[in-house]
Amino acid sequence: MLKINNLSANIEDKSILKDFSLNINPGEVHAIMGPNGSGKSTLSNILSGKKGYEISGEVLFENNNLFELETEERAHKGIFLAFQYPLEIPGVNTNIFLKTSLNAIRKAKGEKELDAIEFLKLVKEKARELKFDEEKLNRQLNVGFSGGEKKKNEILQMSMLSPKLSILDETDSGLDIDALKVVSDGVNTLRSKDNSFLIITHYQRLLDYIKPDFVHVLMNGKIIKSGGPELALELEKKGYENFN
Amino acid sequence: MDKREKDIEKLKDYKYGFSTDIENIRAPRGLNEDVIKFISNIKKEPKWMLDFRLKAFERFKQLKEPDWQKPKYPKIDYQDLYYYSAPKSMNDKPKSLDELDPKLLETYKKLGIPLQEQARLNGIAVDAVFDSVSVATTFKDELTKQGIIFCSMSEAIQKHPDLVKKYLGTVIPTTDHFFATLNSAVFTDGSFVYIPEGIKCPMELSTYFRINASETGQFERTLIIADKGSYVSYLEGCTAPMRDENQLHAANVELIALDDAEIKYSTVQNWYPGDENGKGGIYNFVTKRGLCKGKNSKISWTQVETGSAITWKYPSCILKGDNSIGEFYSIAITNNHQKADTGTKMIHLGKNTKSKIISKGISAGFSDMTYRGLVDINSKAKNSSNYTQCDSLLMGNKCGAHTVPYIKNKNFDSNIAHEATTSKISEEQLHYCQQRGLNSEEAVGLIVNGFCKEVLQQLPMEFAVEAQKLVGISLEGSVG
Repeated sequence: MLKINNLSANIEDKSILKDFSLNINPGEVHAIMGPNGSGKSTLSNILSGKKGYEISGEVLFENNNLFELETEERAHKGIFLAFQYPLEIPGVNTNIFLKTSLNAIRKAKGEKELDAIEFLKLVKEKARELKFDEEKLNRQLNVGFSGGEKKKNEILQMSMLSPKLSILDETDSGLDIDALKVVSDGVNTLRSKDNSFLIITHYQRLLDYIKPDFVHVLMNGKIIKSGGPELALELEKKGYENFN
Repeated sequence: MDKREKDIEKLKDYKYGFSTDIENIRAPRGLNEDVIKFISNIKKEPKWMLDFRLKAFERFKQLKEPDWQKPKYPKIDYQDLYYYSAPKSMNDKPKSLDELDPKLLETYKKLGIPLQEQARLNGIAVDAVFDSVSVATTFKDELTKQGIIFCSMSEAIQKHPDLVKKYLGTVIPTTDHFFATLNSAVFTDGSFVYIPEGIKCPMELSTYFRINASETGQFERTLIIADKGSYVSYLEGCTAPMRDENQLHAANVELIALDDAEIKYSTVQNWYPGDENGKGGIYNFVTKRGLCKGKNSKISWTQVETGSAITWKYPSCILKGDNSIGEFYSIAITNNHQKADTGTKMIHLGKNTKSKIISKGISAGFSDMTYRGLVDINSKAKNSSNYTQCDSLLMGNKCGAHTVPYIKNKNFDSNIAHEATTSKISEEQLHYCQQRGLNSEEAVGLIVNGFCKEVLQQLPMEFAVEAQKLVGISLEGSVG
């Protein structure tokens, strides 16, 4: 599904990712763990289409050259990023945002756009599943939401859009146990033989709830070790500093 | 190019930019007593009206053109303009739409204002002003049954002289500032509305202003009177052809609300803004003032200003009656080389008077935007309050936004709150929306409409949708 070959990224002459390679097949859950500044967020930024990086290497998503696709085209093709810091958009109702987004993607895929009634039915169902406070759907997008609510909102959007590849950028940071449960429920519900996940995190904790197929340790822009779920436990015990 | 791209391409053009080839009657070029007499004569005005004009002209000759505003413009040669231009066919005074020149009907149809009976479907009464004359007013009969008067100013001067004499110039006197006084001397047409005591006007009243002729100034005059306990919602729309020259539009609008009456006045101003290099476009120098004359009266201005090369106006409320309320909701958008210096004045004279100002300014391209507002609470206006919120949104780094509030409070029982913010649409916000499948234009439209929401909500339903689209279109091509 996603093939990253020798990806290097610089920002203002600073090298962040160096010859990074990763292959994600349909249905797989990959976790990337690494200390601050190891290049984790840069990876999710580049995959989502954020501008401002000097890039070399190749990224293929279902055999499309990702770098030839605009940000929104990547979203249309099924890439979703749960942001580390979800943005506030004052004056824009959360429901309206969700509907606009869902219909933009449906339209691009040649599917029928949902009308207000169909949409509300779907969003209420998903909100209930994720124990997302329905009252928040009528508030301005992320404005006045707590950190946990913003993250839950990301997961709600993810389950509304049911993407093929979901990238979770430190979605677990700052979450209490209950919210962590919501996030992992969201992922586990969407998990299937077709849908893949790239979970970026500092901590092993989230992986108690979402069992990854592969764990990769990222340091200084490079994967230094890959393994199964046991690698996360080892990492947690030793710490990043002593891992080498 | 697929269909959507073509649609966007089409929207980028100013779609009202066509001109109608029609034979005109013009006043001789220039400004003097003879021209004023010509205007008064062609409109068959009574002597008191001519005297009103001449008095204003005497005053005008002593006034100096103001130059304190932020947007500067090349000197206007007032002797080089035409002050009256009207389609020749209007000289025979067509009695109904059937007798109206088909070219005029076609023009309004193209503008999306069907004057014929299908207007009934919209349930909105329209007065159409073409250059210097009102060409048609719809729904007149229905309104007349309730005693509502909705007609052109010229007709009101003929048929309702007592009302006009009693109220014209009482809010904007003939001795007011330069442009207002010029208007008093040479105004040509506009709308007149009178809502009798206790009547709630059953439909939106609306005037559609169209500048067509070149080298012509448009000096419209509108007067709205809401008698005791009445209510009216009024909307004006404006467009003009694309021309390389700058054209002057200096209107005067007076509103008068008596005891317990309410006037809601909305403007969607989309005069030709000039091309992307700043050539051409309308100078929109307008004086709009409302008088809350009676107790418990209310005047509410809502404006969506997207057009004109320069917009320079401050729709104001004089809160004379006790417990009266003034409101000003504004969205001003400047793109390319457009400039705006706009805001409001809230003059509190009566006790327990309240005013609210919500201003949203958006600047893009090389444009420049100033919010300028006055809140003046008089010593006798005990227990009054004002709330002002003034937000600016910048797109790109070549535009400017300025906020100039003047606040005067002359008593201790009143309070004034002022909030102001300036923000930029961030790359992060755009990226977030795009990651959710919106393209950059859609993303900007969504964010900007969110920014303007409090004001858009104030517009009558039918126009809110239009205005929302207009907000998006005005900013086309401003990201990238």
